[in-house]
Amino acid sequence: MRIAIRGGRFVDPANGIDAVTDLFIAEQRVAYLSRAPDGFHPDREIDARGLVVCPGLIDLCARLREPGQEHKATIASETRAAAAGGITTLVCPPDTDPVVDETAVVELIRRRAKAAGFARVLIVGALTRGLAGEQLAEMAALKEAGCVGVGNAAKPIINTLVLRRSLEYAATYGLTVFLTPGDPWLSAGGCAHEGRVATRLGLSGVPVAAETTIVARDLALLAEIDVRAHFCHLSSARAVEMIAQAQAQGLPVTADVSAHHLHLTELDLGRFDSLAHVLPPLRSQHDRDGLRAGLASGVIAAICSDHQPHEVDAKEAPFSDTEPGISGLETLLALGLRLVEDGILPLTDAIERLTAGPARILRLETGHLGVGAVADVCLFNPHHVWSLEPHTITSRGHNSPFLGWEFRGRVTHTLLAGRLVYEAPA
Amino acid sequence: MSLTNIQLDNHGRLRHFLTIEGLQRQHLVEILDTAESLSGVAERRVKKLPTLRGKTVVNMFFESSTRTRTTFELAAKRLSADVLNLSISTSSTVKGETLLDTLRNIEAMQCDMFVVRHAQSGTAEFIARHVKPHIAVLNAGDGRHAHPTQAMLDVFTIRRHKLDFANLRVAIVGDILHSRVARSQIHALNILGAGEVRVVAPKTLLPACVETLGVQVFHDLQPGLRDADVIIMLRLQRERMQGALLPSAQEYYQQYGLTEERLALANPDAIIMHPGPINRGMEIDSAVADGPRSVILEQVTNGIAVRMAIMSITLGTHTHPFREDT
Repeated sequence: MRIAIRGGRFVDPANGIDAVTDLFIAEQRVAYLSRAPDGFHPDREIDARGLVVCPGLIDLCARLREPGQEHKATIASETRAAAAGGITTLVCPPDTDPVVDETAVVELIRRRAKAAGFARVLIVGALTRGLAGEQLAEMAALKEAGCVGVGNAAKPIINTLVLRRSLEYAATYGLTVFLTPGDPWLSAGGCAHEGRVATRLGLSGVPVAAETTIVARDLALLAEIDVRAHFCHLSSARAVEMIAQAQAQGLPVTADVSAHHLHLTELDLGRFDSLAHVLPPLRSQHDRDGLRAGLASGVIAAICSDHQPHEVDAKEAPFSDTEPGISGLETLLALGLRLVEDGILPLTDAIERLTAGPARILRLETGHLGVGAVADVCLFNPHHVWSLEPHTITSRGHNSPFLGWEFRGRVTHTLLAGRLVYEAPA
Repeated sequence: MSLTNIQLDNHGRLRHFLTIEGLQRQHLVEILDTAESLSGVAERRVKKLPTLRGKTVVNMFFESSTRTRTTFELAAKRLSADVLNLSISTSSTVKGETLLDTLRNIEAMQCDMFVVRHAQSGTAEFIARHVKPHIAVLNAGDGRHAHPTQAMLDVFTIRRHKLDFANLRVAIVGDILHSRVARSQIHALNILGAGEVRVVAPKTLLPACVETLGVQVFHDLQPGLRDADVIIMLRLQRERMQGALLPSAQEYYQQYGLTEERLALANPDAIIMHPGPINRGMEIDSAVADGPRSVILEQVTNGIAVRMAIMSITLGTHTHPFREDT
């Protein structure tokens, strides 16, 4: 299929382009920019005047709930939601049921994703068997099966020796390690940021130190092992400083932040709003500002959705009895654009943190739209004002604290390898 | 989610009683004055008023409690309500029924008021958001969050002994971290304009940013008690010795136990309070608990009148939605 996208504002941060121009797609790839040869007859023309044309979004962390929790969502339902959110690639962490510690699970997820056909699903394999933090997972086999890295999902490895050896083993195969810092003792039973709001509401707190102690420990180990490490969804200003320092010392460490941590704080818990129950917890305004500054400076290279769709019942209980997590695929772009509105970073940088930034972490060839690149494209109307309502959500999970929020900027088309996988209703 | 206080109706009157936080002084004074007028009922030969005749009050206790449940039951009965006591911790929830299922089932029994105690913070508010509009919800203690009727009976007791809140120094001593009672007391005292509210505890038993609740923080009991007019001792659970919160009961008693000797630091007419049940020799010496300045048993008695007041005020707004309340 040949597609011509005409007259849009073409933003391709990896190639340093921000200009009104035409984009021509043929054979799943970007064929020409600005003008096509006379013989190019597109099957489809997209009038992109007034729209932004950018690489498809790459989301570093999205739970698809399959296999294991199909009552919450499926690979098909959530990749469809991803397409509606302009996301063409998403990364599934290994804490499915069964855990991604066997190649069969990798194959299952890949097969289902391919059958659905809405987005590329990349998989982070388990760092330890069953994510139990005791034995190494078969990382070489997982890599062969196509895993883009290894990690222990939201279960940090407690045993320092096991962690060290799993980092060394991952390094042997050139695998990027995805680390989610959280001290199990300091966060035990906690459901909110340890601070004034948790104190007022009488909720058990998760201190900032639950994150920083593990970041410090992991960095100390990483200093002696030549392995690429990525810290997933940081929540505190202090952790950002620690990562910045490590990067300044030349360690190959990267980090991301969830879109909701860039916009919400502990105050958004309101009167026990379970939709704002998320782990790591929403922290203070100081932390939110630190995360925003880290994103703007590039210390944090990517914004992820940390998508966790839930059925209604999971959030209908007293706060601490509810399941943590936010359904975030369809607000990822809008929350990124909101940072531009808030003056945190320019549009090209916001798009970079959603495309080329995560692509670099994953060492992908996508995330840009140079001639010859795979045509994963997102088109959005930057002026379209809309509000998030349950009926506008494609994901099976309607659990969002942003329900009722007004956003500016909405996806109009999503192309996956030159194929239209989403088109907004006219 | 709306930040509006769901315990108030459109006219700013109490329709539920979930937390002291966010209430106005006038709400608290109305409860105290009503309780004062109701406290005579217990001294009568026939200890009943017809206020809630034909109404059904359900005690929904997801956490065991004898005293609180009993005083709620007595309060309801003295107002002529029918009372249903449900201990839910051991029945439905273990069978996999969700809290909302349980709620719907009890709601189907045509009741008028739920008195809720639950181990999780926010449960009473959760229930209030989900019940039918004619039902009033009273919080009888939710997790570490609030125990507003206890705080009201405490300030009622204080008001009976001390006429003026403005010059009052109140010291709350003990496990503030886990205490819903302390949180509600602090809000109530601050709303009533207490001169100074102090919390006295080791750092392990204080929540983060406790000063933002509007208290002076003391770690040492002696200065914490100095010139206090009211001393509120909190119950220390034995299990706090586990989890590295405290080294031993002995050391806690040595550091924070209220003895006659330490009591001498407070004002000579200081009163001693405790939400109960007391741990003799753990947080308070028997001589102090049973001494002339202790008002601990008075608190229990006052609990009935205060709960009667809260029940009649909240159900009053439900039964007469279009009439000015008296």
